[in-house]
Amino acid sequence: MKQRAGFLYTLPQILWLLVFFLAPLCIIIAYSFLKKGLYGGVEPQFSLEAYQAMANPSILMVAWRTLRISVIATILTILIALPCGYSIARSSNQAIRLFLVIVPFWTNFLVRIYAWIAILGNEGFINDIIRWVAPGSAGIQFLYNQWAVVLVLVYMYLPYAILPLFSTIDKFDFTLLDAARDLGATRFQSYTRVLLPNIRSGLVTAGLFTFVPIFGAYAVPLLIGGKDSYMLGNIIADQLTKTRNWPLASAISMTVTLSTTILVFLVALRKPKEQKWVFDADPSAAMSAAGGR
Amino acid sequence: MLHGGAAVKGSDVTVSGVSKSFGAFKALKDVTLSIQKGEFFSLLGPSGCGKTTLLRLIGGFEDPDAGTIEIDGRSVLGLPPDKRHCNTVFQSYALFPHLTVFENVAFPLRIRKTPRKIIDDRVMHYLSLVQLEMHAGKKPSQLSGGQKQRVAIARALINEPSILLLDEPLSALDAKLRQHMLMELDSIHDKVGITFIYVTHDQQEALSVSDRIAVMNAGEVLQVGSPRQIYENPSTEFVARFIGETNIFAMKITGKEGVHISGKVAGIGPLLVDDETDAQVGDEALATIRPEKIRISREKPQTNGGRINIMHGVVAEPIYSGFQTKYIVRLDSGMTVTVFRQHANWSEGIPDIDWKDEVYLSFSAADMVIVERRAT
Ligand SMILES: Nc1ncnc2c1ncn2[C@@H]1O[C@H](COP(=O)(O)OP(=O)(O)O)[C@@H](O)[C@H]1O
Ligand SMILES: [Mg+2]
Repeated sequence: MKQRAGFLYTLPQILWLLVFFLAPLCIIIAYSFLKKGLYGGVEPQFSLEAYQAMANPSILMVAWRTLRISVIATILTILIALPCGYSIARSSNQAIRLFLVIVPFWTNFLVRIYAWIAILGNEGFINDIIRWVAPGSAGIQFLYNQWAVVLVLVYMYLPYAILPLFSTIDKFDFTLLDAARDLGATRFQSYTRVLLPNIRSGLVTAGLFTFVPIFGAYAVPLLIGGKDSYMLGNIIADQLTKTRNWPLASAISMTVTLSTTILVFLVALRKPKEQKWVFDADPSAAMSAAGGR
Repeated sequence: MLHGGAAVKGSDVTVSGVSKSFGAFKALKDVTLSIQKGEFFSLLGPSGCGKTTLLRLIGGFEDPDAGTIEIDGRSVLGLPPDKRHCNTVFQSYALFPHLTVFENVAFPLRIRKTPRKIIDDRVMHYLSLVQLEMHAGKKPSQLSGGQKQRVAIARALINEPSILLLDEPLSALDAKLRQHMLMELDSIHDKVGITFIYVTHDQQEALSVSDRIAVMNAGEVLQVGSPRQIYENPSTEFVARFIGETNIFAMKITGKEGVHISGKVAGIGPLLVDDETDAQVGDEALATIRPEKIRISREKPQTNGGRINIMHGVVAEPIYSGFQTKYIVRLDSGMTVTVFRQHANWSEGIPDIDWKDEVYLSFSAADMVIVERRAT
């Protein structure tokens, strides 16, 4: 009886996964093994051409770059999000501060990217100031390179890291820090030896919530990046819309999805038994966060 | 207690004129204390009176707004907790949940990069001091309350501090275990011989293990003394009422000859008190008598010329509790008096006294103490 009732509760989630996650995934898998159509689409004919094309050095180079940008941006995001989450958790007006963290979500993603262009662009706010201070200078080109991409990615995904970190740190017993200090630890040691190990689940969740979507980033490198900042998401889009090689686009998507899924499950399996996931974030939630962009 | 055998290794602590406010709230007001080397010193007071705050000031977790704190004659103001020779047993234990019992106790040594061999020896030594060798590999979540408590004590002792600060260390334990752990703490104190500063709101705990007690209320230290002094000679009405049970009579002093004081209690009549006081004839004063120092009988007792107070009343409530009976007696004036009678010697043939019985209460003037006076 009990088991059957339990099954009923999970039914909506299973349906949701089937319709919005597994079905599209199956279509992508199927497409990746078919022959490319002349003007897009596919021919119903089995082929491994797409996977062979993926071994192309230029694609591999972009994959490597994507990984590098994702890792750097994730580390930076977490380094910034940690003190933010900590100070929110320790402050007496948590509600207001949390509210400020999520305010940017009220503005469209693309609008926020254009806001950065308005600030950093060649005709942007900062360059206006530079030209006003030093008349005759050409200004500085901030945009259209990998560091600009990293900067905007960090900005975009900061809230996704702050929220899970805040929620674990909020449950952390701060007298443990006093205890560590009491036992001879410096302030820094009390953070590294006591705080960090006890908020591991929050760090992992924050890492996934940032890394997974950044790994599939498309709009930010397209609008903020230059030639040197092309990421896998851009290649996939190009294959779909310009080169019209749907099987290749599918094969790359498949690989991205598969590798992030494996990453998520590896991390999930590694976590110690006692530690619960903050946000009850099951891996699929992290994946669907990635799906948005 | 200070026993002859243990070498005294602790530090002395001097707190002078310390005040601490949180916003507009004054948590400590001009506190002055001097704690001796190796002493088992208790800070006793009701919840919210500032005990933890004082302990945190000594431990270095907060800075006082005014006053100084000295350890072994040297000011420790501004010194962070890791630079003071005191360690704390926190009220909530504050064990590190991600570490095992062994690793928790080893934490201070690992911070100081002690060689592994020494760590192993020392940790096992202190775990055996608190009888936890068998549980070294467990996580704190797998331990009972009493065991967690012991881990916290071992961890606080392993740095061999000269002062151990204990913040209501037994409050989370049940009554039986509390008694047991208290005796264990006492024996640990004897073994390590350092200064213990013990915070509690439980007067029974404080009385049974302390060398000296500071009774606090509302951010102030009201009295410092040995358990006996505090109990037998409370200096204020609050101390008298907070430590044990007591009866208090408000009287007007009518005569004084050395320590022999006579007074008048409204509705009751004359009252004799023998106490050293600077109260003068005409002053209002509060005199207290402990319930166990009052004799209760059916027949009117003889004074034989001694300075004995005798009062008449009716038993309003007899509360039997095995080793004694507590009587609440309503005097003719309407005031109630609490009396304890020990059941030591039924063979003497003391007639049983029950509800609604008319009784006489008698108590010696010498057992009375004047706790407060007001010149009028
Ligand atoms: N960090 C703080 N901020 C504001 N008020 C505090 C703080 N710490 C203690 N207090 C207040 O100071 C008073 C004394 O607290 P505490 O020293 O913890 O009392 P005790 O340990 O005797 O129960 C309490 O009223 C408490 O609310
Ligand atoms: Mg307290």
